[in-house]
Amino acid sequence: MSGYNFAYLDEQTKRMIRRAILKAVAIPGYQVPFGSREMPLSYGWGTGGVQVTAAVIGPDDVLKVIDQGADDTTNAVSIRRFFARTTGVATTRRTDEATLIQTRHRIPETPLREGQIVVFQVPIPEPLRWLEPHEAETRKMHALEEYGIMHVRLYEDITLHGRVATSYDYPVRVNGRYVMRPSPIPKFDNPKLDRSPALLLFGAGREKRIYAVPPYTSVRSLDFEDHPFTIEAWEQACGLCGSRESFLDEVIVDDKGGRLFVCSDTDHCERRREGAR
Amino acid sequence: MTERALLTVRGLSKRYGDRVGCLDVGFNLWPGEVLGVVGESGSGKTTVLHCLSGRLEPTSGSTEFLQRDGSVVDILRLPEVARRRLARTDWALVQQNPRDGLRMGVSAGANVGERIMAVGARHYGQIRGQALDWLSQVEIPRERIDDLPGTFSGGMQQRLQIARCLVTRPRLVFMDEPTGGLDVSVQARLLDLLRSLVADLGLSAIVVTHDLAVTRLLAHRLLVMRGGEVVESGLTDQVLDDPQHPYTQLLVSSVLQP
Repeated sequence: MSGYNFAYLDEQTKRMIRRAILKAVAIPGYQVPFGSREMPLSYGWGTGGVQVTAAVIGPDDVLKVIDQGADDTTNAVSIRRFFARTTGVATTRRTDEATLIQTRHRIPETPLREGQIVVFQVPIPEPLRWLEPHEAETRKMHALEEYGIMHVRLYEDITLHGRVATSYDYPVRVNGRYVMRPSPIPKFDNPKLDRSPALLLFGAGREKRIYAVPPYTSVRSLDFEDHPFTIEAWEQACGLCGSRESFLDEVIVDDKGGRLFVCSDTDHCERRREGAR
Repeated sequence: MTERALLTVRGLSKRYGDRVGCLDVGFNLWPGEVLGVVGESGSGKTTVLHCLSGRLEPTSGSTEFLQRDGSVVDILRLPEVARRRLARTDWALVQQNPRDGLRMGVSAGANVGERIMAVGARHYGQIRGQALDWLSQVEIPRERIDDLPGTFSGGMQQRLQIARCLVTRPRLVFMDEPTGGLDVSVQARLLDLLRSLVADLGLSAIVVTHDLAVTRLLAHRLLVMRGGEVVESGLTDQVLDDPQHPYTQLLVSSVLQP
C-alpha cells in the first residue's frame, strides 16, 4: 500500500517500541513505559496491541486476530484488515498456522507452540491500582515487592462471596517476582500463561505500558493456601462441537429463554466439527 | 544485661526554609514506656512524630532504634526498603482521623488482616481468626467483621484502626491525637482500652496530643513543646502538678475544670 510505511508506524517508532519490548522480555512482568502513538482507532479498541503487533510483524509472518475468542467480530476483522492492507502479510483464522496472534480477552484453546508470539490488548496494566491510586506509590510497591494488598482484594472476595469471585483479569505473579494483570482474559486461561512455549507480549496504548512473559516463564495465579486458585467449569458441553474442555459462551437463541452454550474460540470449534465429519 | 533504650533521638531538627518545624529535639524512649508530647497547635508535635515515623525527612539529627535481634539501626540512614519493612512490622501509626488510617472500601476484617498479609500470611482461615481475635480485643462485636468501616461509629472506627495497627505486634506505636474528635465518654473508654493494651502487650508508645487529660492517663513521661522546641520534660505527674516553665504553667492552668 503506497503512502504508508510497512505496518503503518514509522521505523523510528517501531524501534522505540522494540526497545521497550526487549526490556519487558528481560524483566518478565515489569511494566515498561513507552511513547504510545495516536493510532487510527480509538482507545479501548486495542491501540496498545496494534502498536506492539506493528513493531514485531515481518513480511513472512502469518497473522491471526481474535476478539473474545472469535475471528469474525468487528474488532478482530478491522485489525486483521488493517494489517493486511498496511503490510500485505498473510492472515489466517487457524491458531496452528499463525506465527503472530493479536488477541483481546482470550488465549486460543489450541496449544501454543515455540516461535509463536501472542499480543494482548490491555486496558489497565497496573494490578495494584484497585487499592492504590498513586502511580509513584505503586511503582515503589513493585520495586520493593510489597504485594500484601493484592491479597486484601482476594480476602474481600472470599468474605463477600465465599470464594474468589474475580473471574477475569485475575492477578498473577510472574517468575516469582512481579505481580501482573494478564489483561481481561478469563481466569480459565491463566494456566495457559504458565510456562507457555510462545512469547506473550502485552500492550496498553492509553496507559503507555508494555510488559511481557518470555517463553517457559512461571506464571502463578495469586491465592490463599486454604482457598486455592480454581478455573471455571461448565455442566454443559459446547452445543456445536460437544467440547467439554473449552471456555463456553452463553448465547440467547430465541425470545422464550432458549439458550445455547458454545465455544468462545471459533477456530477451535470449527476444527472440532470438521474433524468429526 | 543492661537495658537499652528502644528509641534514642538526638538533635532532631526540621526546617522549612527559614521557618522551624522542630529544633534540637532529643529524648530516650525505653521499652514499655509511653511518652506524651504536648503543646499547643503549631508547636511542632506532629512534625516530630512524622520525622520519627519516617513520613517526613528531618533536616538534621539521628534516631536510633533497637531492633528485635538486639542490633541498633539509625532509622534516618536506613534504606527505604528496611524502613518500610519496619513500618509494617515493628511500628504502627494511629492517626487522628481513622479515615486516614483505614481502608474505607474494604471490610473491617480485611483492614485488620492487611498487615499480616503484608508480612506474608496466606491462609484465609488463620487471617480471619486473627482478625476476629483482635476485634474482640478492641471490643468490636465479632459479627461486625464483614461490615465496611464506614458503617461504624467514630469510636469504633478508632478502635478498628488500633486493632489494625496492633495485629502485627509492633513494639513502637506512634499515636497522633488518638482521642481527637470523639465525645468524652467514648474518649474515656478508648483511653481505658489503650491503657490496658499498652500494659498487656508491653508496648512502647509516643502519644502526641494537646489534651493534658489524655497524657495524665496514658503517658509515663512528658515532653512539653513550644515553637518547635522542647521547653520542659519529666515524669507526667511531676510536670502536670509542678510545672516549672512559664509556658507549661500556662498550659496546665488553661485546662477547664468542670
